[in-house]
Amino acid sequence: MPFLLLGIVTIAFCISRLIPADPLASIVGVRQMANPTIVAAARQKWGLNGSILEQYWVFLKNLVRGDLGISFRTRKPVTHDLLDRLPATLELAVGALVVGGVGGVALGAYAASKKDKMADHLSRGFSLLGSSLPVFWIGLVFLFVLYARLGWFPGPGRLPPRTKPPGHVTGFYTIDSLLDGNFTLFRQCLWRLVLPCFVLGWAYMGQLSRLVRAAMLDEINSDYVRTARAKGLAERLVMRRHVLRNAWLPTLTILGFSFAQLLTASVLTETIFQWNGIGSYAVQSANTLDFPGINGVSLFAGLAFLLANLATDVLYAVADPKIRLA
Amino acid sequence: MSDLTTPPLLEIRDLHVRFAVRNGQVHAVRGLDLTVHRGEVAAVVGESGSGKSASMLATLGLLDINASASGSVRFDGTELLGAPPPVLRSIRGGRIGMIFQDPMTSLNPVLDIRRQIAEAVITHRQVSPRQAESKAVELLEMVSFPDAVRRARSYPHELSGGMRQRVMIAMALANDPDILIADEPTTALDVTVQAQILDLLRSLRQSRELAIVLITHDLGVVAGLADTVNVMYAGRIAESGPVVDIFHRPQHPYTIGLLASLPRLDRPDRELTPIGGVPPRLYEEPEGCSFAPRCRYAVEACHEVEPPLERVEASMVACSVLPMRSRTAEGSL
Repeated sequence: MPFLLLGIVTIAFCISRLIPADPLASIVGVRQMANPTIVAAARQKWGLNGSILEQYWVFLKNLVRGDLGISFRTRKPVTHDLLDRLPATLELAVGALVVGGVGGVALGAYAASKKDKMADHLSRGFSLLGSSLPVFWIGLVFLFVLYARLGWFPGPGRLPPRTKPPGHVTGFYTIDSLLDGNFTLFRQCLWRLVLPCFVLGWAYMGQLSRLVRAAMLDEINSDYVRTARAKGLAERLVMRRHVLRNAWLPTLTILGFSFAQLLTASVLTETIFQWNGIGSYAVQSANTLDFPGINGVSLFAGLAFLLANLATDVLYAVADPKIRLA
Repeated sequence: MSDLTTPPLLEIRDLHVRFAVRNGQVHAVRGLDLTVHRGEVAAVVGESGSGKSASMLATLGLLDINASASGSVRFDGTELLGAPPPVLRSIRGGRIGMIFQDPMTSLNPVLDIRRQIAEAVITHRQVSPRQAESKAVELLEMVSFPDAVRRARSYPHELSGGMRQRVMIAMALANDPDILIADEPTTALDVTVQAQILDLLRSLRQSRELAIVLITHDLGVVAGLADTVNVMYAGRIAESGPVVDIFHRPQHPYTIGLLASLPRLDRPDRELTPIGGVPPRLYEEPEGCSFAPRCRYAVEACHEVEPPLERVEASMVACSVLPMRSRTAEGSL
């Protein structure tokens, strides 16, 4: 696992340094670029002097100590920036996982039990829409129709305009507002999560429900399902206790993977919903050639995937008795 | 032997099962009649595709969605074909238990066996989960599952084929059914294990007055367990009768062929004679007797008229040639 992470940061480092543009322009400003003294001083200060190999060596040495460097843009340590924004992204990703996970499994199971009937076609159409419509388009359409036109949902942002964030304990506005005892704010924060979570979760729901449906249809003709029916079990229980439980196994493999995807692919959603999370941080860092920021986000993404894979393996061992005892 | 004066427990009359397939339909069961009395072991014998399993699945309403059944299946006075789902569910696993051919795939791989047996108990009785679980262990002991208390929480993949089939039997007998439908219960097992399972069925049958419908293609299994034999060919009964008569005085050419292709320990010098040809596909209705194309006794009429099932001595036989001959030339076979 450490080698994987090393590979990830190395590739991220190389790609960011290979861009034929000088981040100094965004640090000192285009006008100052003509002044050699200022440029040299800035180069010195931000560690951009020396060969690429030297820079890489310094970068690695700092990384081992848990130091991702100072962001060129925010002038704060990148670790601080990331931790600051992590709760926003986690809130969004967990919300989307709930929408996508619960919705996807329920929809897939429902479609499988109504195979080739109208309800099956409808839910498959709904899934297909979710996984094929681009997120930025759905996001904008939803904001336009449901917020601007109909006013059913609040607009973008984690908080209502001109509202003070709750006291900072965990960074999750939902949890912090509860800790403050401010239930109105809690409701508002939760309500504001609905649209972005749905937009982000829908694609995932579509993917998952098709997988669950296929996995259930695979299992539905199994001998043990016939056994369950021969016991006199109601069809609903046959589905839930026998078919779904086995269809879980292939589903689980993509569940963890998808969570990592949700954590890292929220770039568009965060941008559209003005969500101050890691996704929008990535966009801003890339725009300003903020090398430490870019490397930090890459490392975060790599870590997210590795941890998600680990979690999947653990969950799999819990769900599949053959692995548990092997 | 069964008491013939009481009404039968299971009475199947003129059962038809059709499977919808890509280019039309397969008429897999073409007018099956079968009677099972309380405590009787009725064997249904035939080769693959003869409609044995399909007719039993139809009995319990377990056919796949592309199949349809018509005719009549009466169980203890209740018509099962077309019965509402709750009625069928209370009979399935309640008064009729069923076990299947392949115990490897017939158990749910992600649930432990105690839970799977307890589920059968809970479905039909008002008991607490704990009671159901202890009943499950009792059932395992009843089917001679070794070390039942300790191994009740095993998962199917930890058990051998024979053990799994015992679990299936325990599950099927969880609610003291009147009938056990055993669909090829020993086919997937080693020969020694086969014998153990048959012994188990035999002793359960005696201790519980259990009627068994034994579906098999193995005449050896039939000889050891059955009271009556129903030989199926191409979706119909070719011949049925008491086991002794079927084995010693078979009347139908197909039965005779089956017995001739069976190795016998007491006559090792005897040549085995296979039945030539293959069974009809049943995509279209066979004209005349469905066995005629493979039958060495067939006459011209056999290819035109399908013979009805008629009583010959103690058996019922659907052949218009051989029974006649045996009646005129006594014991020529």
